Amino acid sequence: MAIRVVVQEEPFDFGAEAEGFAAGRTDMGAVVTFTGVVRDVSGTLATMEIEHYPGMTQKALEKIATEAEARWELGEVLVIHRYGRMGPGERIMMVATASKHRGHAFEAAEYLMDYLKSRAPFWKKESGAEGASWVAAKDEDEDALSRW
Amino acid sequence: MDLLYFAWVRERIGLPKERYETEAATVNDLIEELRGREERYALAFSDLSALRVALDQELSEFDAPLAGVREVAFFPPMTGG
Repeated sequence: MAIRVVVQEEPFDFGAEAEGFAAGRTDMGAVVTFTGVVRDVSGTLATMEIEHYPGMTQKALEKIATEAEARWELGEVLVIHRYGRMGPGERIMMVATASKHRGHAFEAAEYLMDYLKSRAPFWKKESGAEGASWVAAKDEDEDALSRW
Repeated sequence: MDLLYFAWVRERIGLPKERYETEAATVNDLIEELRGREERYALAFSDLSALRVALDQELSEFDAPLAGVREVAFFPPMTGG
């Protein structure tokens, strides 16, 4: 079992990451990838700035990935999350899970996403025509944790 | 100890980090002290339901003890993903 967690400012190469993930693991029958993209909800978004807590981010993500590993049969887990400034359509983050069976890979990816949204120390700030504002956490993001 | 502030908490207080000596026993006691310092602290800590706290880089609770803690971080609910 291998966990890889990457926190970086620069863009990542989704194609290369997906291609290399669990490569050569002939015991894994299922790979799930999820990518989060900067969304322009109002049509006026210029940039999104993601702040994070450098000392805590890597540890928090590793903890979430380790918990996923304990719950499902996973061969590999990858989490990449960016911080800093990005524009609409840019990839913010990705997770990938590999398992013998797709059920485990799908569920583990959803679990990672649910926890990453409200337990990893990232904060989004949107800037556009109407000024800048911090993205508020949604109750449903917190509620999503209760299903696990 | 070091106090760290992120996102709008950082903006309201006007700094990302400061050194602070305290005898406060819990996070709640510390917040009470900070509120009494200046208006900008009172404003930042006016609604605890909009705040989260981490002690030495682990998410924690407001009633948690501060004994031995070196780094306290205050921030709004996280919005990763």
